[in-house]
Amino acid sequence: MSPTPTALIAEDEPLLAAALQSELAQAWPELKVLAVVGDGASAVTQALALKPDVLFFDIRMPGISGLDAAAELADQWHSDTKSGPPFPALVFVTAYDQYAVQAFEAQAMDYLLKPIQTARLQKTVSKVQLALANRAQAATKLVACSGSDDPPTDAQLETTLAQLRQLLVAVPGPKAGSSSATAIGPLKVIQASVGNAIRMVPVDDITYFEAADKYVRVLTANQQGQHEYLIRTPLKELLPQLDAQIFWQVHRGTVVRACTIDAVSRDEMGKLWLQLRGRPEKLSVSRLYAHLFKAM
Amino acid sequence: MTDHFLSPLPVHPTSLHRLSWRNLLRHALQNFALNTLIAVVLWAGSSHHNFDVQWVYSQAIGMSIWLIIDGGRFVVDRNSPIGWPRGWRGLALVAFGIVAGCVLGTLVGDVYAQQSSFERIFANGKSAASVFLVTLAMGGIISYHYYVAGKSAYFQAEHAAIQGHAAEAQLKLLQSQLEPHMLFNTLANLRVLINADPVRATQMLDRLINYLRATLSASRATTHSLSAEFDRLRDYLDLMAVRMGPRLHTSLELPDELRDLPVPPLLLQPLVENSIKHGLEPSVTGGEIRVRAYRRAGTLTLEVIDTGVGLGDQPIQETGFGLTQVRERLATAYGAQAALELLANHPVGAMTRITIPVQP
Repeated sequence: MSPTPTALIAEDEPLLAAALQSELAQAWPELKVLAVVGDGASAVTQALALKPDVLFFDIRMPGISGLDAAAELADQWHSDTKSGPPFPALVFVTAYDQYAVQAFEAQAMDYLLKPIQTARLQKTVSKVQLALANRAQAATKLVACSGSDDPPTDAQLETTLAQLRQLLVAVPGPKAGSSSATAIGPLKVIQASVGNAIRMVPVDDITYFEAADKYVRVLTANQQGQHEYLIRTPLKELLPQLDAQIFWQVHRGTVVRACTIDAVSRDEMGKLWLQLRGRPEKLSVSRLYAHLFKAM
Repeated sequence: MTDHFLSPLPVHPTSLHRLSWRNLLRHALQNFALNTLIAVVLWAGSSHHNFDVQWVYSQAIGMSIWLIIDGGRFVVDRNSPIGWPRGWRGLALVAFGIVAGCVLGTLVGDVYAQQSSFERIFANGKSAASVFLVTLAMGGIISYHYYVAGKSAYFQAEHAAIQGHAAEAQLKLLQSQLEPHMLFNTLANLRVLINADPVRATQMLDRLINYLRATLSASRATTHSLSAEFDRLRDYLDLMAVRMGPRLHTSLELPDELRDLPVPPLLLQPLVENSIKHGLEPSVTGGEIRVRAYRRAGTLTLEVIDTGVGLGDQPIQETGFGLTQVRERLATAYGAQAALELLANHPVGAMTRITIPVQP
């Protein structure tokens, strides 16, 4: 833990961001707020640049949500330097998200409800202070007995990854909540428009899906060769309609047919890459889903 | 008549059959009792038969008529919602049932009595005609009774279904308008302002009070003036402006001569909420919401225009609750004369346009 604890606030409503900052000044005077950002993408870039000790992430933000931003951040966290500062303590902030709050409770994740009440904030601050202190202690111990060449494993990051994995499954997006796509059962065909026609692409032919800006790329391979289609249905809506045993999410924007994975390799940065059968591309595995690939 | 006709909802086939059999048994017992009664009356009146013979004739004729008519309903007009063949087919079925039932029942009775009624009919036409008239009258009355009962049961069930539907829609409307996320975020802003800027806090609280009052009572009034509609939009947009800060710009354009035109209350509210929720909130830079009203000849046009993320990156959600609800309210108030369109706005964003008829 750095001498002065530091924080980043991501909250899209300016009054609420300012209020959280001033409430924190009361509840935790030593804490230095390094930056206040108003959207998910900025939260990721600023957190990577400033490497604060604590993150306060609003859940509903423009662009990418607070949950997705945290997942993205966990994936990119010091992939450049092997032994940087540990992953920040994460506190989610929400006004009302039924599923999120249930999931936070289940995962013992720190969260604050808006309007933020002073007593509750004080409690959360104490918890975070304790977590930071424990971590500092563990780090000293690690340095003291570091005889091996292994890089110190970031226990904080591993815990957060496990929590985020559960949260991302449990919390539907603001739009997905009302749709009942999950009740339909596994998809058999994907309808992709090609020019004026609609191509019916059998799901059995699909090797992987990849989110690309406003579209999802659908990549297929069969005896007739390889094809690529574009569909408009977001990956988040598609995912519940795919058989989770057959299609694995390996990245925020990539879902791959597990049995087409030929080999998994680790590069010098520690990142996992998938080699596929029938397609030339190599797919990167996000740290969030690296636990899927362990030798039996 | 049979319960499965009463419900406009699809009924599971097995439950349909069970219901039919139960009703069939009920009708059979009623019919049996009635036939016995007729036998007693005829026998006591002027009978040259013993009671058992009279009773067998009554049962045979009554049951035959009933079976032909009750069974015939399914053959003649199976899908009739009132459980009875519609129009002339119902009358024809009753007439046919009575004549055929008379003949069939008499033949069965003859077997029991070991005689031939038809020989006697040719011998004494007058007595045969009176028997037939009694049967015709009784058959007509009974059929009419079932017809009326079935029809009223159908209308009762339909009425109940409509009421249930309306209550459900009302609840969904309230839930969508008092969206907890919006409410708690607004309260959070209010909590901040109370200390930081009490004057603005009071203004915001007044807006919230207006908004809540309008939302909670909107369902009761059938129309209010267009200026009242715009005032409510202003309340909501002012609340949102405090929350979103510089990310939200609004403009409301209502020409003076249109201020008093009547519109269904909070008709535009779901459209403005959609613009915020799907257009501006997802946008990092935010944008503008413009609401305007203008009139050409006999049409009033209301437009909600935003410069948000637009419809391009997702399939147009024509089926969203907000749009569906507005569409239904327009249909209720104006029938086919009103229209709702969801369009792309240029260069960015989305636009919803309502056109409703007005008196010239």
